[in-house]
Amino acid sequence: MDAITRIRSRTAVLPVADVDTDQIIPARFLTTTTREGLGEHLFADWRYRADGSPDPAFALNRPEAAGCEILVAGRNFGCGSSREHAPWALRDYGFRAVISSEIADIFRSNALKNGLLPIVVAPDVLERLLDAPGAELDIDVAASTLTLPDGSAVKYPIDAFARYCLLEGIDQLGFLRQHEDEIRRYEETRPWTP
Amino acid sequence: MSQAPARTLFDKVWSDHLVRPETADTPAILYIDLHLVHEVTTPQAFALLKSLGLPLRRPDLTLGTMDHSTPTTPVQSLRDIAVVGEGAARQVAKMEENCREFGVELHGFDSGQRGIVHVIGPELGATQPGKTIVCGDSHTSTHGAFGALAFGIGTTEVGHVMATQCLLQRRPKTLAIEVSGRLARGVTAKDIILATIGRIGVDGGTGHVIEYRGDTIAALDMDARMTICNMSIEAGARAGMIAPDDTTFEYLAGRPRAPRGGDWDAALARWRALPSDPDARFDKRVEIDANSLEPMVTFGTNPGMVVPVTQPVPERSDPGFRKALDYMRLTPGRPLSDAAVDVVFIGSCTNSRLSDLEQSAAMLRGRRVADGVRMLVVPGSQQVKREAEARGLHEVFRAAGAEWRESGCSMCLGMNGDTVPSGKLCVSTSNRNFEGRQGQGARTVLASPLTATASALAGRVSDPRAFLD
Repeated sequence: MDAITRIRSRTAVLPVADVDTDQIIPARFLTTTTREGLGEHLFADWRYRADGSPDPAFALNRPEAAGCEILVAGRNFGCGSSREHAPWALRDYGFRAVISSEIADIFRSNALKNGLLPIVVAPDVLERLLDAPGAELDIDVAASTLTLPDGSAVKYPIDAFARYCLLEGIDQLGFLRQHEDEIRRYEETRPWTP
Repeated sequence: MSQAPARTLFDKVWSDHLVRPETADTPAILYIDLHLVHEVTTPQAFALLKSLGLPLRRPDLTLGTMDHSTPTTPVQSLRDIAVVGEGAARQVAKMEENCREFGVELHGFDSGQRGIVHVIGPELGATQPGKTIVCGDSHTSTHGAFGALAFGIGTTEVGHVMATQCLLQRRPKTLAIEVSGRLARGVTAKDIILATIGRIGVDGGTGHVIEYRGDTIAALDMDARMTICNMSIEAGARAGMIAPDDTTFEYLAGRPRAPRGGDWDAALARWRALPSDPDARFDKRVEIDANSLEPMVTFGTNPGMVVPVTQPVPERSDPGFRKALDYMRLTPGRPLSDAAVDVVFIGSCTNSRLSDLEQSAAMLRGRRVADGVRMLVVPGSQQVKREAEARGLHEVFRAAGAEWRESGCSMCLGMNGDTVPSGKLCVSTSNRNFEGRQGQGARTVLASPLTATASALAGRVSDPRAFLD
């Protein structure tokens, strides 16, 4: 995984609360056996009209949303299914960070393992961002800060280990595998595990 | 003299599985006792093992089935799956190949035990109190009904468990949901959990593990407890748990993977020590009065948008609420019984077990599904199907005009071709009423098996109490 230290981008704004993973990537696209190519189907049912053409009213289809690497969305983003296809689709489309006032547990965990930075901000900060599509933001991963267009910086919470893995581009499996001896010793204490 | 601090059920299972406790810098390494795998969320994880040249560390703690992209019409060969689609056929073939290569016990089409992953785990007795159980599926919370710590994970984590039998986890907070009182006639476990989600919201449990407690919960059978824990994720909680008791032990005794003889006695001694200590502290507490509950139905596009079936659609002006009602084509202030029903789905990991089917069949007996309504009954597993048929339930469903199918996830998420047509309204016993969940443009009303069945008979969203003899 590539190291992520800084993300500077304008924002695309999806002013909808409780965006579930079925909207991010509908189930009919889950029959894939790879991780690639899901960006095309990101938000498929909101993004395309019945005839398959892009719906110009949808936020991501507006010209100013093109090339944005930061998605700002309403409260409780990523609720629902555990499908990792959701962060895969967002990354494949080009997003590198998602900002909301609340992000669902499984989605947040999946995002962090795919170089998609989930950022939780206070409701008033989110309101400001939702009202200002295209705002230029600067995310400093090491400092865990988000700098707003007016120059003010807000600190966002992130697990220290997850941040370390992002900054170093480290895969968490490597860390787990270093503890193989401890895992084996643990198993020996549990005779009832079949 | 120091006394050991009082601990919750969650605390006990969590601390019992710590290979390495968490620190400020690193999450805990949590050992996993049972890894359930299915065809949709594993191919990329198996591919990771292959690319790293790693074996599956504990095939004996891994159990596989095929449920999401499988047809609910009888399958003789892969050609029958191609009916669902090329992608589905490829995914199912890949699952068979991976399980063979890595030595996973797979309940495929030739197994009499195939079924929805959250139905077969308990059925086989693989789901047990005090275990840590994970699966690449958010409804893994179902298994918490047995006093296990069970939660959904993404495919990267599926790979972690395959390679190390462990996960990196931060300790979640705890939320006690105390349910007390007697359920009125026609009110079931599904109504308890829908009312709970309506109360705390679809993010009310985020960051928490729920423990469902109280005399109402203790009086429920295992099928009903599973229905409740299943929808913990719909309140944002990755896991929901219920203290194991004699009801749990009676369910498990004699099941194929349950301990036997002396092992059973030893297991029982461990399991009896699991319930939360009387003074255990929870981070948050919510109380639900079961006496006042009514059958519940959703009216919007998330499971928190729910009302008693006797109440009209609420009125609110915020844009999200209006967007949901526009999608559902429902009018604020009007009763849901205004809505004509096109499809009724009895099934899913929430409500596809024998007792769910029995409740539906008892109401259908001697009656006919309303004209123009398609009713689909999909048992949760091939075993549920056999048990239902042994009781003649399939005859009742067919005589009433309903379709009786093979097991699988089916119309809960429409991956297998069982979908609700665009614009049509489906009263469904599943767990999610998200936009397009049951098919592009499909409108979903979540309800209990009783309410769904009553709605099939009436052709409108209906109070089940009108049909209870």
